[in-house]
Amino acid sequence: MSFGDFLVQNLHQFWILTGFYNVTWQHLVMLAVGLFFIWLAIKKDFEPMLLVPIGFGMLIGNIPFNPDAGLEIGIYEEGSVLNILYNGVSAGWYPPLIFLGIGAMTDFSALIANPKLMLIGAAAQFGIFGAYMVALLLGFAPDQAGAIAIIGGADGPTAIFLSSKLAPNLMGAIAVSAYSYMALVPVIQPPIMALCTTKKERLIKMKPARAVSQNEKIIFPIVGLLLTCFVVPSGIPLLGMLFFGNLLRECGVTTRLAKTASNALTDIVTILLGMTVGASTQASSFLTAQTIGIFALGFMAFIIASTSGVMFVKLFNLFLPESKKINPLIGNAGVSAVPMSSRISNNMGLKYDPTNYLLMHAMGPNVAGVIGSAVAAGALLGFLA
Amino acid sequence: MKKKLIIFIALLVSASTASVFGQSRKSLKINEVMVTNENSVVDDYGNRHGWIELFNSSFAPLEISSVYLTDDPAQPKKYPVPLGDVNTKIPKRQHVLFWADGEPSKGTFHTNFVLKPGQDNWIGIYDADGLTLIDEVVIPADLQPNMSYARKADGEGEGAEAWEVRSGLDNKYVTPSSNNIIKDTNNKVEMFAERDKNGLGMTITAMGIVFLALVLLSTCFMIISKIGERTSKGRKAKAHGTKLSDLHKDDHPETDSGEVIAAIVMALHEHLNAHDKENTILTINKVRRAYSPWSSKIYNMRENPRR
Repeated sequence: MSFGDFLVQNLHQFWILTGFYNVTWQHLVMLAVGLFFIWLAIKKDFEPMLLVPIGFGMLIGNIPFNPDAGLEIGIYEEGSVLNILYNGVSAGWYPPLIFLGIGAMTDFSALIANPKLMLIGAAAQFGIFGAYMVALLLGFAPDQAGAIAIIGGADGPTAIFLSSKLAPNLMGAIAVSAYSYMALVPVIQPPIMALCTTKKERLIKMKPARAVSQNEKIIFPIVGLLLTCFVVPSGIPLLGMLFFGNLLRECGVTTRLAKTASNALTDIVTILLGMTVGASTQASSFLTAQTIGIFALGFMAFIIASTSGVMFVKLFNLFLPESKKINPLIGNAGVSAVPMSSRISNNMGLKYDPTNYLLMHAMGPNVAGVIGSAVAAGALLGFLA
Repeated sequence: MKKKLIIFIALLVSASTASVFGQSRKSLKINEVMVTNENSVVDDYGNRHGWIELFNSSFAPLEISSVYLTDDPAQPKKYPVPLGDVNTKIPKRQHVLFWADGEPSKGTFHTNFVLKPGQDNWIGIYDADGLTLIDEVVIPADLQPNMSYARKADGEGEGAEAWEVRSGLDNKYVTPSSNNIIKDTNNKVEMFAERDKNGLGMTITAMGIVFLALVLLSTCFMIISKIGERTSKGRKAKAHGTKLSDLHKDDHPETDSGEVIAAIVMALHEHLNAHDKENTILTINKVRRAYSPWSSKIYNMRENPRR
């Protein structure tokens, strides 16, 4: 072999390893989806903390390469760097860490001051089970249907946690679907809220919540953990971390830990979670008819969840005295997209009455939705895992 | 100080008790036994012997070194499982096989006793103390060669009803070092697919659970808030030197809201033009810091390079 042939052979070998040689149209579609997510985040400000890592992860995960070259760079190749980072998703330990941060960030005062608002958070979980029934109708197996239906809980970490246990092969599509719809909450929910309520109902003014003592705030995570986890022990990873984070926040003697959990730790895990979830959406497994089904079911689950929250408040109002009526515009907040759905309740309230601030009232069902969706995930896990 | 010490000791004792309980090897089960092995599985030396399969029924790895295997209740410490072998750590829901060949010199998994055909064979496992019986079974005398005596479901059940004879025929397979029941599907999922085709059962049950959890939490906090309210009012009454019932008369919850109070304060501020001048007291406290090389910054910070 002449030196020239040797060079040509080397260049040919190099060409075979490049992305240009290995690219397929599916890769290009996924790269376009990733770019679209980044555009949505940067230009439209749709959940940038989530969509930037996920979108960029999609770019990382869909750069074509030759998998037979044994370079150990793919996210599904055991021992690769991405695979090691992906373990937090596949083994399900990123979501509980995010829940620790959520607990450390969340002020449960609105819920403690008006405990009956917790029931709205429970009612909104109908979205999960409505989607479960439709998924079964579409031919998904019960475990897959459960994993898809959890999108209706509007809680990304919970969706990832449950799908990693029940249907790991669908996790990428479920996670992307859940986060996409969470980003689209401001678009999806207002028309439903307007459609389901009358003008009179939208103008209901709720009494300001009472002040909650520090002792109550400390008791809440302890009692909350014991009660919910005794009912659904399979929810321990999520609920345990959520309430633990909240105790760190409220007990007053672990301020540094609460700060770390709510800032640095949550940021680190969000970066890793978003990036690896994005990278796991590989063209070959993502661009299927099943994914379209998952997106459609996720959309439907969101609609059912928001509708059932609003309708439940209307039903609840039938049994409440005039002075204690609840504004049904906070019903949508029963889905656990915190605090986005509360902000929507507030904006809608202000739209119809510029003096009607619903934010703190909506935070009650909103955080109850976080607990409710974690309990629902625990129930599905207990029944189907 | 004494009180704190007592609490600390109590916590320590309870934690150590919990950890002892956590390390219990109760999850170790005798799972399947073959007394006479003529054409079944062979050992590492290519020989056939009777065997005893142990099963870790828990979902955590289990270290079995230093437990005792025995065929004689009078000699509970007959065969100690040796220390220092990595294979004595049984992964979750997995098995290990011991060869009852009476040749412990062949390795960790060869016992110093043999099982005797034609008579009942009692087998027991004792914990490291040689006193705590972890599991036991009596293998019936009429067990034929190449047949095993196995639990119907891995690690489950107590007493003779939980066991059956396995001939190797009609789905009664002899399964050394593998599950007695071979599962190729998830039973729970299959059951839901079969009995709850439209998902209504799941919806009713799971929504019931979600509501139950949140109703419990809600009720609990209604009670706690009532108690809290009553306690704070009691304290208020005590501070005012009045009765609790008298205090209620002065309460105006509808006007005591944060908004109303904020509005009153703002009005007073506007009207009185209050708080323009404050008394300012500057206090300078001496901070005592005795020098110690242990706390000296010079030892913690990098010095600038010298020219």
